[in-house]
Amino acid sequence: MQKAVRWIAAISITLGVLLPVVPQIIWSFAHRWLFPNLLPTEWSLSSWEYVFTASSRVGEGFINSLLIATFVCFLSILVGLPAARAIALNDFKGKGLVEWILMVPIIVPGIVSTLGIHQLFIRLHLTNTFIGVSLVHLIPCIPYMVLVMTSVFANYGTELEDTARTLGANPLQVLLRVTLPGILPGLMVATMFTFLISWGQYITSVLIGGGTIVTLPMVLFPFISGVNYSNAAAISLIFVAPAILVLVLISRQLGQDSAVMGGFGRL
Amino acid sequence: MNRLKLFEKLRVPMMLFPALAIVVLLFGGGMISGIGQSVGYFPVIGLQDFTLDYYRDILTDSGFIESLWLTFRLAFLSTLMSSVIAVLFALVLRHAFRGSQFLTFLYQIPIPIPHLVVATGIVLLVSQSGLLSRGAVTLGLTSTPRDFPVMVFDRPGIAIQLTYLWKEVPFIGIVVLAVLKSVGPQYEEIAQTLGANRWQRFRFVLLPLIMPGILSTSIIVFAFVFANYEIPLLLGVRYPTTLPVMAFRNYQDPDLALRPQAMAISVILAIVAILLLVAYKRLAKYAAET
Repeated sequence: MQKAVRWIAAISITLGVLLPVVPQIIWSFAHRWLFPNLLPTEWSLSSWEYVFTASSRVGEGFINSLLIATFVCFLSILVGLPAARAIALNDFKGKGLVEWILMVPIIVPGIVSTLGIHQLFIRLHLTNTFIGVSLVHLIPCIPYMVLVMTSVFANYGTELEDTARTLGANPLQVLLRVTLPGILPGLMVATMFTFLISWGQYITSVLIGGGTIVTLPMVLFPFISGVNYSNAAAISLIFVAPAILVLVLISRQLGQDSAVMGGFGRL
Repeated sequence: MNRLKLFEKLRVPMMLFPALAIVVLLFGGGMISGIGQSVGYFPVIGLQDFTLDYYRDILTDSGFIESLWLTFRLAFLSTLMSSVIAVLFALVLRHAFRGSQFLTFLYQIPIPIPHLVVATGIVLLVSQSGLLSRGAVTLGLTSTPRDFPVMVFDRPGIAIQLTYLWKEVPFIGIVVLAVLKSVGPQYEEIAQTLGANRWQRFRFVLLPLIMPGILSTSIIVFAFVFANYEIPLLLGVRYPTTLPVMAFRNYQDPDLALRPQAMAISVILAIVAILLLVAYKRLAKYAAET
């Protein structure tokens, strides 16, 4: 009985995860794939060649998405880490309110604020700029960073920091040698989530980037509803590459460190 | 000494200030600007006077009600199905068996994959000329693409649901799995010694432990699906469509007079989401207490 259940789970997970992935990989190499053939009758690399031409704008979109997501991660860590630590390790008046404010953007649909920000940013000349797009990505990113890191800090003892200080370490040494190594696994997961939230943003980038700042999802979008499946598949695989890379790097933390994912259980 | 005390007193506010300032300015500022436009403050096209006309227009529009229902149905069904499937897989994956580690890794793959990539994959898989339809012909079940059931650009939104399921099952599942793994088998063993059967052990031992995780992740999933724009736009029918698509369509219309309406739609969307979530939180609290 138990064995049968495990087999069913193994088969359904394998099929479920791989089925939407396989046709994308095949299509990206397909030149001629008429219905109802299960495999293309002619193969080619033309979609991959297309992806690397300047006119496809895939390279431009990739670099823009990468720069924006990196910048957003950097800012989220910079402001999110201190806030998470303050919430996790201190009791203070208005803590409930602070937690609530930092949680609202995760729960309340961002559409009102995004449309509203568009008007504000037009007046501040932030539309069609790199900074403007990054700022609007920060709205969901900071709360996720704080959410995950609050849970990490809640399971983190400060005794080691005290010891280091007693032994004469200066604040920078404490941060770099004690605090950061202690929270690093959690910080990696939080940064991955932040990166991916920014990486996947579509409509906010369209609205605030105004077509001047082209990100990768904006390049992919027209192809999905279009007719050229091969190009759609190739761009889609480029779009997914960094995500897979991050997953391989941190999958151990995801599966085992309950404190990290526990952050989502604390909402 | 005094200086040190002052520093100590300001330490927590100083750590909180940057994050709070950015969220309040951007999110709060955007909300106020958006709500302002929805009640008729839109100086760019000469609107200055307070009015609730846009809300009245929308709430009496049958298309709006239909969209609201569709948006709610998609979010509710995706959340419910994702949670149930996630718990089932977590119950299997919590045990160590041959290949369980690899299977858990496979199970996590969808978490970092962007929704747009999933949408592309689902189209190539379940559309009438997709891989499944080709498989059906090969097996002799169908003979033309039109024999295969419509799952993309359909009114029930099957491809939309599949896209969300593929993404959200592992998200909820990993949180539940983390809780189950950290608990260990001892509670269940005690319950078993006391004579609890398999269902009772799940219902009265495991479920109360994983319920907070299920509830908070499903709040995130519900809120996400409720406000998502690109998936229903890409995979759904043009009409009726979901509220976010309706709002953006009105917003991007060349006719600027439609913008306050777009704002009113999105404000209503936000209010409905908040009300549902408050109700949900209450329910979670009630469930935790009983």
